[in-house]
Amino acid sequence: MEGSKCAITLSVNGTSYTREVEARLLLVHFLRDELGLTGTHVGCDTSQCGACTVLLDGKAVKSCTVLAVQADGCEVTTIEGLGRIDKLHPVQEGFWEKHGLQCGFCTPGVIMTAAGLLNENPHPTEEEIREGLEGVICRCTGYQNIVRAIQYAADRTPEVEPEPAVEVAASAPTGGAQELTRQEGEDA
Amino acid sequence: MSTVFGQVVKRREDPRFITGRGQYTDDVQLPGMLYAAILRSPHAHARIIGIDVEAAKRAPGVVAVYTGRDLAERMGSVPTAWIPPESDLKTPPHRALAVDKVRYVGDGVAMVIADTRYAARDALDLISVQYEVLPAVVNQVEAMENGAPVLHAEAPDNVAFHWQIGNATDEVFAQAEVVVRHTIRQQRLVPNPMEPRASVAQYNPATGELTVWVTSQNPHIHRFVLSGILGIPEHRLRVVATDVGGGFGAKIAVYPDEALVAFAAMDLGRPVKWTEDRREHFLVTTHGRDHVEELELAGTRDGRIQAIRVRAYANMGAYLSTAAPGVPTILFGLIVPGPYTIPYVGVDVYGVFTNTTPTDAYRGAGRPEATYLLERMVDLYAREIRMDPVEVRRRNLIPADEFPYHTPTGLEYDSGNYHLALSRALDMADYDGFRRKQQELRAQGRHVGVGVTTYVEICGLGPSQVAGAVGFQGGLWESSTVRVHPTGKVTVFTGSSPHGQGEETTFAQIVADKLGVLVEDVEVVHGDTARISMGWGTYGSRTTPVAGSALAVALDRVLEKARRIAAHMLEVSAEDVECEDGRFYAKGAKSRSVSFQDVALQAHLAWNLPQGVEPSLEAQAFYDPANFTYSFGTHICMVEVDTDTGDVRIDRYIAVDDCGRVINPMIAEGQVHGGIVQGIGQALWEGAVYDEQGQLVTGTLMDYAMPKARFFPNFETAFTETPSPHNPLGVKGIGETGTIAATPTVVNAVLDALAPFGVREIQMPLTPERVWRSIQEGGQRS
Repeated sequence: MEGSKCAITLSVNGTSYTREVEARLLLVHFLRDELGLTGTHVGCDTSQCGACTVLLDGKAVKSCTVLAVQADGCEVTTIEGLGRIDKLHPVQEGFWEKHGLQCGFCTPGVIMTAAGLLNENPHPTEEEIREGLEGVICRCTGYQNIVRAIQYAADRTPEVEPEPAVEVAASAPTGGAQELTRQEGEDA
Repeated sequence: MSTVFGQVVKRREDPRFITGRGQYTDDVQLPGMLYAAILRSPHAHARIIGIDVEAAKRAPGVVAVYTGRDLAERMGSVPTAWIPPESDLKTPPHRALAVDKVRYVGDGVAMVIADTRYAARDALDLISVQYEVLPAVVNQVEAMENGAPVLHAEAPDNVAFHWQIGNATDEVFAQAEVVVRHTIRQQRLVPNPMEPRASVAQYNPATGELTVWVTSQNPHIHRFVLSGILGIPEHRLRVVATDVGGGFGAKIAVYPDEALVAFAAMDLGRPVKWTEDRREHFLVTTHGRDHVEELELAGTRDGRIQAIRVRAYANMGAYLSTAAPGVPTILFGLIVPGPYTIPYVGVDVYGVFTNTTPTDAYRGAGRPEATYLLERMVDLYAREIRMDPVEVRRRNLIPADEFPYHTPTGLEYDSGNYHLALSRALDMADYDGFRRKQQELRAQGRHVGVGVTTYVEICGLGPSQVAGAVGFQGGLWESSTVRVHPTGKVTVFTGSSPHGQGEETTFAQIVADKLGVLVEDVEVVHGDTARISMGWGTYGSRTTPVAGSALAVALDRVLEKARRIAAHMLEVSAEDVECEDGRFYAKGAKSRSVSFQDVALQAHLAWNLPQGVEPSLEAQAFYDPANFTYSFGTHICMVEVDTDTGDVRIDRYIAVDDCGRVINPMIAEGQVHGGIVQGIGQALWEGAVYDEQGQLVTGTLMDYAMPKARFFPNFETAFTETPSPHNPLGVKGIGETGTIAATPTVVNAVLDALAPFGVREIQMPLTPERVWRSIQEGGQRS
């Protein structure tokens, strides 16, 4: 409740943030209301729809079911950090190429889910893709073009070494891992 | 001419959505913003004895608390906007917050305004309401019985309206060779667009200007209705709905919630945001369908349908929502004869108040209900006369040479080639081959089935004169402004309000096609009453036929003016100018030409315009269509039923749709996919269930089964193209066809699979348990 605030430090899309938050604050509300990263959406209140999916240390999680304090010390990637418009992640590219979205509301969560899926299984079968979408709901597309979009991305993923799903902005320094973490306030 | 019309063009709206840069209503953040939360009735029917808000007012972060009594004198009633003629429609008041009585679980009782989302929610728990619980009624047939609880004094029998149309008489049925009688229930559905409804309001007391961001399919209707509820002049009210995360009809209605948020922003002088959670969506956002129908079909032994008669009981919920009365009447009753030459039709509809969430349009709105009952009855009739259901359809489909075709319900179908779509779909499905295989598999104890639906859909709502005649309290024309900038780039302002349908792309294609400019050089603006002069919004598959046609007319005006300026530049007469791929040529002298961009620049410089031509290059059109337009098609589904578990597996799904000329096949196909999934959702999984006390027991996504990716095979889709003569583009609607056709297609396929068991009816959704039970009970169930 009000008053019980905790200090947390976490990296979001390569930028480090330190904030005092209520212990009960959900990660999704931290991202949306504290950081203004409104690409991550809230579509339900029971962890069914997956619109809020982000990558937490590279794994797809529903940010409506994670407290901000649980993300303390973690690396979070949201849709805003997955790829930029001039350097899209293959999944983003697939969604655009294959008409994998209509209203676009579930899309960030579905894209992050797909990115997480391809991290674990870079070349899934159609059945594995459809199973892999169990945690998300899209009301517009009928899923068929989402499946095509993910197949498109998988086709562009090298056989041997999967691309890292967490791709920091192209202009970020590339020297060492520690340099990938920029400080809050720096422009990406 | 340019060939961009009819081509796949990647969507121009996608870059912002795939990078998280859209701006949905809940994404709007304003300085000093407060948050609203609404206390909702836990009872389906109760008198409010008293409300104590003192503790809530003292809670941390709380700025204000309002009850129904506080607002009764300060806010108008939330109106319905569709009053079907001669239906004796009752319009009891619908208060934004209940004053004396609550009528469904979810009815608003109090509103808290606080400085955070969480503080507002916390304070709801501190409000104490004393209720006197009353008996509730949730079933529309029971609500009409003597002694049923009465919701509104204005409707003592709970009948909100009674509407009839048609020419079918008892005599027709008495003389028929075959009469099939049946009763079905089309269950209640929850629309569930993935974006919950939300509203943000900001008021400037110095200028008196109120801006409301709202999840709306029709921002100008929101402005029109909200100005009445709030008493704010329409020219001081701006409604913005740029990015809307799906609607499916649920974002047509003007709800109490957005009016409450706007009221609070004005009262407190600070911006206020409200966003429903999914639980609230289930309880408060309008539901769809919920019909009980008594059906009769009369026909001959050789497969000619002579009459269809329907008595429908439509559950309207506790109040009449914005478009609700039009859904089970005009949008349902008029299309009951469907694509068939049925000479006699009778439709008799009771709209009934119950202690449930109000119903309104849900994707297809009335037309899926009509198509479902008709296609189910055609299959039952085919079974009765022992004829293949496809053959029955063949014998009754309106022949291609009978268009325009007049139905006994007063519609004029514009164009169609129903047999062509049917034969195309049958070929794709190898229907005859499937029938042979079905026999073999049955011999092996496997139960596969096929369902075939031939449908026609009213779309392109519609001429305004007809809107008036059928009681819609608005116009149904559409506006479009085409603004050509000095560099030849183009901005289009449309009164339609897409929320997933891709008009930023298809409309740019229409512009590119007409003006010969690049698709990338066109921007399509929608969803903002400050930028768009007027519009009636996106629903009823009207965006392309009506708003697209408005755009085509405006483009013709731009082109005409450009031609005159080009002629002046080329020193020839306007009649001697030809236009091709964005250049104007002197007829017969192709070497002499000016580009569209040259003309645009000269139009704005205005140094040397032809006599009587005004500067600038901009045109506006207010287009009222000549009539509705009618998409049609054939859908085929093949299923296998596991008779041990009752599980239904969809093996193939084939859709052949005709929406006239297709602008972007990729987008049209996407609309069909999504529609099919929603239609199958109704057939197999979805259903809103109330208990007898009026509690919604399917009130979350844990209890309400939404279609998931793994439930489906890849759909096989195709289009035939029969242009509409009713609009300049020759287009029809495609947004609702899948939902209209898919539900009966799948149910008929399952019933076909179970024919050896004598199963004639299974109540939707066809869950494994229901399917299994129906197999066990066999022919005893009807």
